[in-house]
Amino acid sequence: MLNIVWPIFIIISFTFAIFSGNLEQLNSSIFESTSDAINLAISLLGTICLWNGIMQIASETSVIEKLTKILNPAVNFLFPKLKNNIKIKKEISMNMIANILGLGNAATPLGLKAMQSMQDENTKKDTLTDSMMMFIVLNTASIQLIPTTVIAIRNSLGSKNPTSIVFPVWIATIAAAIAGITVTKIIINSTKK
Amino acid sequence: MKIISFASNIAMPMIILLIVAYGLKEKNKVFDTFLVGAKEGIETTFKIFPTLIGLFVAIGALRSSGILECITHIASPVLNIINFPGELMPLALLRPVSGSGSMAIATDIMKNCGVDTMLGIMASTIMGSTETTLYTIAIYTSCIKVKKTRGILIAALTADIVGMIASVIVCRLLP
Repeated sequence: MLNIVWPIFIIISFTFAIFSGNLEQLNSSIFESTSDAINLAISLLGTICLWNGIMQIASETSVIEKLTKILNPAVNFLFPKLKNNIKIKKEISMNMIANILGLGNAATPLGLKAMQSMQDENTKKDTLTDSMMMFIVLNTASIQLIPTTVIAIRNSLGSKNPTSIVFPVWIATIAAAIAGITVTKIIINSTKK
Repeated sequence: MKIISFASNIAMPMIILLIVAYGLKEKNKVFDTFLVGAKEGIETTFKIFPTLIGLFVAIGALRSSGILECITHIASPVLNIINFPGELMPLALLRPVSGSGSMAIATDIMKNCGVDTMLGIMASTIMGSTETTLYTIAIYTSCIKVKKTRGILIAALTADIVGMIASVIVCRLLP
């Protein structure tokens, strides 16, 4: 996918910058972007290590089993092929819980761990499995109870009612998630061998 | 507001506390276990790092070249037909590719148009209900070195478009 998207981004934006006279901004953005990426990677290194460690503790306790049980119906519906794989279902459940609680920092490390476990079971290592596709789409759908970051920004800008967006966000997220899940199921079914 | 900010502040500490307490209760060597997991985290970060660099440069170029404004200009007749506010178009274009970039645009809209106006609320709703899709797909696939992603971009972008249109519609229907 990135083999197509990445060159398209580079070619259209570099060409456009040359013709529109935005070359100076483009030059400085190249250097800014690399240092932004470094900064992000360093802060990711911290959170990924922390949450991987916490998850490791959690995976050896019974608390995850209880949470997995609660989410089991939803997980079984979305990931029918993982029915008997308790370990991956645990990791998926933890990622879902982190997403729902709005812990973006925790959700990504937990999600990457689940991806790794799914890859271990994958028979075609260069291709996404059905479960992986559904899992990534769920993670791009941003299912969360309280959109804390946006509320914080609204609050800082002096909104009279910073939390007024909570209900609209729920409706929009649910609509997006249903659309994403439906299209993913269609792709899975249409590429079935 | 107070309850919500309390709830969001307590979520992360509670989870860590709960997990560590459970680990102790079930007589595990919690710190040793923690180290095993944390070590794996280093590897994961190194795996996604090259993707981050490549992606950030491309997205930075996209933003600084001014092409987003150009697309917004071209697309405005179509937006008028589906009744999507043109002011939100740069946000909609950037949202799937850049988290910090789209947050900056959304903050800008809230500042300039008023945080409690229709446009301010729509921008907030779009930010709250969508994710940085391309970034998520890129790091989730690059950490396991998968090349063939089937139609995942289409599925995820469909979700984004539906989420954005739903945001605009819901905010219009609000009292």
